[in-house]
Amino acid sequence: MAINWKDYSSGDFFDEVMSSPGNARKPAKKLVSYLKSLSEEDISTRKLAAESTIKEMGVSFTVYTEGGNIDRAWPFDIIPRTISAKQWETAAAGLKQRLTALNLFINDLYHEQKIIKDGVIPEFVLKQSKNYRKECEGIKPAFGVWAHICGTDLVRAGDGEFYVLEDNLRVPSGVSYMLENRAITKRVLPELFEEVDIQPVDDYPSRLFDTLEALSPRRVKRPAIVVLTPGIFNSAYFEHAFLAQQMGAELVEGSDLVVQDDCVFMKTISGLERVDVIYRRIDDLFLDPEVFDKDSVLGVPGLMRAWQKGKVALANAPGAGVADDKVVYAFVPQVIKYYLDQDPLIPNVETFLCYDNKQREYVLANLDKLVVKPANESGGYGMLVGPHSTKKDRDTFAELIKSNPRNYIAQPTLALSTAPTLVGKNDIEPRHLDLRPFILQSKDTYVTKGGLTRVAMKKGSLVVNSSQGGGSKDTWIVDA
Amino acid sequence: MLSKVAERAYWTARYLERVENTARLIRVYDNLMFDLPRSVNFGWYNLISLNSAQEEFDDRFKVQDERNVVKFLLGDEHNYSSVVSSLKMIRENVRTTRDVVPEEIWELINELNLYVHDNLQQGINRRKRHEFLDGIIKGCQQIQGLLYTTMPHDAAWDFLRIGRSLERADMTTRILDAGMAAVLQLVDDESAVNSRQIIWGNVLRSQGADQAYRRTTRTSVRGDSVVHYLLEDKVFPRTIAHSLYIILVSASRLPRSHQLVAYLEELQTNVFDDVDYEQLGETLRDYLNDLQTELGAIHEKIASLWFPIYE
Repeated sequence: MAINWKDYSSGDFFDEVMSSPGNARKPAKKLVSYLKSLSEEDISTRKLAAESTIKEMGVSFTVYTEGGNIDRAWPFDIIPRTISAKQWETAAAGLKQRLTALNLFINDLYHEQKIIKDGVIPEFVLKQSKNYRKECEGIKPAFGVWAHICGTDLVRAGDGEFYVLEDNLRVPSGVSYMLENRAITKRVLPELFEEVDIQPVDDYPSRLFDTLEALSPRRVKRPAIVVLTPGIFNSAYFEHAFLAQQMGAELVEGSDLVVQDDCVFMKTISGLERVDVIYRRIDDLFLDPEVFDKDSVLGVPGLMRAWQKGKVALANAPGAGVADDKVVYAFVPQVIKYYLDQDPLIPNVETFLCYDNKQREYVLANLDKLVVKPANESGGYGMLVGPHSTKKDRDTFAELIKSNPRNYIAQPTLALSTAPTLVGKNDIEPRHLDLRPFILQSKDTYVTKGGLTRVAMKKGSLVVNSSQGGGSKDTWIVDA
Repeated sequence: MLSKVAERAYWTARYLERVENTARLIRVYDNLMFDLPRSVNFGWYNLISLNSAQEEFDDRFKVQDERNVVKFLLGDEHNYSSVVSSLKMIRENVRTTRDVVPEEIWELINELNLYVHDNLQQGINRRKRHEFLDGIIKGCQQIQGLLYTTMPHDAAWDFLRIGRSLERADMTTRILDAGMAAVLQLVDDESAVNSRQIIWGNVLRSQGADQAYRRTTRTSVRGDSVVHYLLEDKVFPRTIAHSLYIILVSASRLPRSHQLVAYLEELQTNVFDDVDYEQLGETLRDYLNDLQTELGAIHEKIASLWFPIYE
């Protein structure tokens, strides 16, 4: 029995692929009619092919458990998610606008702080931000850009429009999975690539390379670019290695680098070699034991000094995470207006700030309907999803919010969009998903064609993080 | 090139060579057991002593039979030189040096690793062992082939070559030693001549050298001639002379290698001075033992010159 699309319904949720039972949206028409032509056996074969491809490609991520770290194969759903090129164009413009404004904002915070003096953002928001680094004050990174690589999470709500859920400006990950997902899909559904105009994604590594190369403080022909990883036990190690390989950059750990006379060098078979640009995939606080965490063995003593003196570029720049704060997030529309005098092209999700008395009262009274997030966590940790919570969870969060209101925000539980996903014995059911495009900025600004689609594989679940049972799909920007 | 990456490339090649050699060795042993007369008391346990792994083996197994020996060499995760352990090390090393080896190497290693894990039982049981070992050897050769056709001859390439050659040379000394030990165990009766020929023939075969040996030496398979060939032939890829030559060439292409190159040049001229082809037996075994120590010393020199310093 082939897939019966007439039985597929996403209920009240906006579905990315189907507009109503049996009817595909325009960008998905060829995809759906192709899938219809496959027998159940064909589908099984392709699903198995995807699984073995993933194993052969060694695509994995690490889950930290009590029994040690487990390298799991990447959970992947073979049915792609489609978006029309026209709609993506608007979203991409919105993402460029957003990152441009955020970089102006970060640069302002570490210099004159005009936005605070002008009363657009309250001073205490900045003062209490965990990711504000006073060591960065007065530093002038190239192009005035601090966040060179940004992963912004987008969701589509019931109205079918994109909303920004959060910006990841520290060390966003996931882009290698976007690339691998496409590589897997090309192997598993090759016929479709002949019929459908799908925008390619594989220029990302070379765009990343260009972005980093432009940051080199030395005007040399071939600046030395390295990817700094915490090492093999980090959950994103696969990605660090992948990107280094794709860019032809060295993959280094802190112990491979040394600072002498305020310059950074790597230890090579020929002795020490100067390093110009570091794409660092470790958090600020581990970068330099002389400045931050004294016990950090991941970082390089003297690295901050070298960066402050302009002898090496760090991407993202230290301190860029200040704009990653979820309280700051709530102000991004004002930030865009303030620096660019434009209205945001992609709206934020409605956000309640718990430090504000009125908003906090609303939040406390509606915990069962809201999603509460700490201001500075990532990976979906430390959250309360109201409708799925127990009374005890809500009481705990009420206490947490009251004791540290600045650290919490709340948002309505979103009607996240869905897409058809293979579950169980090749049944097709709607599953919720989001989208993480990646935006690059230095000399130029670039947005990926689509991004990484993450899927909550459990029925009804809204949690898409791979560390918590999420999977992913290929994302097709289709010229339709 | 990063010192750390150089070290990992070197070990990747060593482990890869070890996997192939182990598979070849077991395959040849299967043959040898079929061919030797029953009266010859020659056991599978020799494969353990040849790899200097008696202690690890005895910790794990009580019975020194074929099944346990093969299990230990192929599938034992506690034996750090077994095929599964070596593959694990290759994976870890390639995973951390993916930026310097061709992309597809990673996929081929994963494929080989999956193949070994999925079919391990076949290798332990005798009936399908040959097929299984062939699969491993082919997997290794596929990887070598990919390296030969797509890898630039840069520093990483030289470290791979050095690692591969050193591991080969080491294995060649061990196989010669095993051959010698087996010959010494023979009882001097009318079947001994025949048995000696079978043993030396299999020594050659384990190195894939039987055909090349015959073409080059144009003599029958005799101990002194086989030993001479596997030590001193300059053009066969698995001999000591050739392995040392490759190490020398690659080392001279790498930075800061003057002293090491001078040392290797000196070694090349006198390494075979002490071999007495008229008097094999225990004298040869002592010589091979010294040669293994020498190979260990070369490794130390390479490590201290190019690899990271661990505190």
